[in-house]
Amino acid sequence: MKLTGSEILIECLKAEGVKTIFALPGGVVLKIFDMLHQQNDIEVVLTRHEQGAGHMAEGYAKATGKAGVCLVTSGPGMTNVITALADAYMDSVPLVCISGQVSTSLIGNDAFQEADNIGLSRPCTKYNFLVKDVNDLATTIKEAFYIATTGRPGPVLVDIPKDVSMAKAEFTYPSSVSIRGYNPTYEGNKWQIKQAAEAIMKAKKPILYVGGGVVFSQAAKELLELAEMTQIPVDMTLMGLGAFPGEHPQSMGMLGMHGTYCANMAVHYSDLVIAVGARFDDRVTGKVSEFCPFAKVIHIDIDPTSIRKNIHVDIPIVGDCKAVLRELNQILRATVNGDQKDLRKPWWDQIREWQQAHPLAYQQEPDGAIKPQHVVKRLYELTKDRDPIVATDVGQHQMWTAQYFKLARPNRWLTSGGLGTMGFGFPAAMGAQAAFRDRLVLCVAGDGSIQMNMQEMATAVVSKLPVKIIILNNRFHGMVRQWQDLFYEGRYASSYLDTTPDFVKLAEAYGAVGLRAGKVGDLDAVLKEAISTDKPVVVDVPTYPYENCYPMIPAGGCNHEMILEDPPELKRRMAGVPSTGSDENKDTILTA
Amino acid sequence: MEHIISVTVENKFGVLSRVAGLFSGRGFNIESLSVAPTLDPSMSQMTIVTSGDERIVEQIVKQLNKLIDVIKVVDLNESEFVSRETALIKVHTKAEDRAEALRIADIFRANVIDSTPSTYTIEVTGDPKKLEAIINLLQPLGIKELIRTGRVAIAREAIRPAVSQPKKLARE
Repeated sequence: MKLTGSEILIECLKAEGVKTIFALPGGVVLKIFDMLHQQNDIEVVLTRHEQGAGHMAEGYAKATGKAGVCLVTSGPGMTNVITALADAYMDSVPLVCISGQVSTSLIGNDAFQEADNIGLSRPCTKYNFLVKDVNDLATTIKEAFYIATTGRPGPVLVDIPKDVSMAKAEFTYPSSVSIRGYNPTYEGNKWQIKQAAEAIMKAKKPILYVGGGVVFSQAAKELLELAEMTQIPVDMTLMGLGAFPGEHPQSMGMLGMHGTYCANMAVHYSDLVIAVGARFDDRVTGKVSEFCPFAKVIHIDIDPTSIRKNIHVDIPIVGDCKAVLRELNQILRATVNGDQKDLRKPWWDQIREWQQAHPLAYQQEPDGAIKPQHVVKRLYELTKDRDPIVATDVGQHQMWTAQYFKLARPNRWLTSGGLGTMGFGFPAAMGAQAAFRDRLVLCVAGDGSIQMNMQEMATAVVSKLPVKIIILNNRFHGMVRQWQDLFYEGRYASSYLDTTPDFVKLAEAYGAVGLRAGKVGDLDAVLKEAISTDKPVVVDVPTYPYENCYPMIPAGGCNHEMILEDPPELKRRMAGVPSTGSDENKDTILTA
Repeated sequence: MEHIISVTVENKFGVLSRVAGLFSGRGFNIESLSVAPTLDPSMSQMTIVTSGDERIVEQIVKQLNKLIDVIKVVDLNESEFVSRETALIKVHTKAEDRAEALRIADIFRANVIDSTPSTYTIEVTGDPKKLEAIINLLQPLGIKELIRTGRVAIAREAIRPAVSQPKKLARE
């Protein structure tokens, strides 16, 4: 039987096991929406902006490990989703984006709502397709899912012209895919893995440096086995949080620009860095030429271009983290003899010393302004038993959440790492909630970033996605303000947000629940109320506006040279500044 | 250092822009690029002349390999290769210069492929040094227009099976 392109698309999505898509209609995709309206297998979450649709699909993908799907119209629909595609590309998130296109006869004519979707998305997708013939549609969708979810995952765009969505073709879904230019390597080179095992046995001060690749390849179990068997401490990247249990005694927490003192010292002074599914990003390495200067480097990654892109690697292993770690563990199981704890004792003594010297710390006065770290810490303690999914936007609140919210398992952490996209958190949290309706999904946001996709509150209310948003409200673009205080002599150029909306009233205006914790003493009660409410909730927490996020490695600095607290000249400058960001204090704030 | 990279790609629309976009997006250098279908019409062969230190060239090769439409990448500098480039040179010739133009063409085994009362169009093939040499000699006569193809190159002895050879033909 012949089906229209729209029906073929829906059949393909069903065959791929897609249950939810995030979409916003428009002229050239009307036929597809019309067919979606007449079926019940796939839920359509109608978003208020295409960027939201893209981030929701990302959140869905990160939480489930499966490809997220979004559907947008041509022209502005496409340009709006670009940010989400670029974000997914940087963070290797499997995404299939279906975009509408003007009819094939009109392509190139500057038709209404026409854009060169292929040209626009080329640098920010793993691959993209323009479907010119309805007979190619099913194969194309199959290839799109295959490319998005295999190898190093990433976003794939399928551009479907209006006439293709309406034309008819015989439908058969291909059972397999073969692309001659695309054959990702899964099994690591055995000889190289053996070299790695030998290096691990010889090393006196080894460190595991693990990233998002461990999460995507579902290698957390293998990583835990490796770490415990060899007694090697574990540093996690921002994207790798949750790959190793945050409360585990071998966890050093996050490394990099705002990583823990201990994580950064350990990587700097180690004699063997074992990088697993991480890419030596500049926010991790600081000054590349002085990153882990005393160490041999083993690098396990499925993407060959990641290896030796930024730093020299002694033992490169191209392959899937799970497959390689399994193989490595097998060799080590046969080789490890003697008590590894004894063997590593001098290294662990050193590490415990670093941990005790500079643990993560903040000072919360019982009657003073609320410290942002305190909010994250209390949120963590009040919710950890419920195994929540946590999303963040980008900025200070993101770093504090990365530091204080110690995730026990992978796929619980939704954050924008590579691209650093403000406005990511809330829609991403909704995407995860759409995949897991019964789970607790939290979104820690800043008062700046939440406003970048606030319109999706309407989606959350209508689609019944009871995400809990906790806004650390410091009335600033806090990270910008921190850099201005540290490197621009406190000139707050465009970082003070002046008047923020009343987030409680705003939540209520959308039909959600708005709460505010104005005092330290109220915090626990308000957070408890929020997490027990079965609706989307916004918790506005006015926080101390001048809190800075430490440790901090200044851009281009070395990992062992961290700033650990406000420098003396900043403390002097701050001495006369009021501790809250209320309107009455505005002038003092701006002249501080 | 200059590297000549031979890239076998899918012969379909948009592939050239993916390759060119990769170079521009990552700040790699393209000195010349030539592309045409192979014996198997479903594939095209690109010859890219680029430059950079070892690490950059390693990245170029890896990044090209990562492109889904790229089937095979060979850095020809890793083996012996021969390369050629063709130039078409339109020389402005006054009556007294016409004999000189022909003499120069003859020395470089170049062909005159078009002639008008005031011009010769000369076709010359060789390595870049030879092309530079004939261009230098013709310049005093007055070069009206110059078109170069960019280099094409081929490995002297296949260290790996030549990819432009379709498997069907290889078996026959």
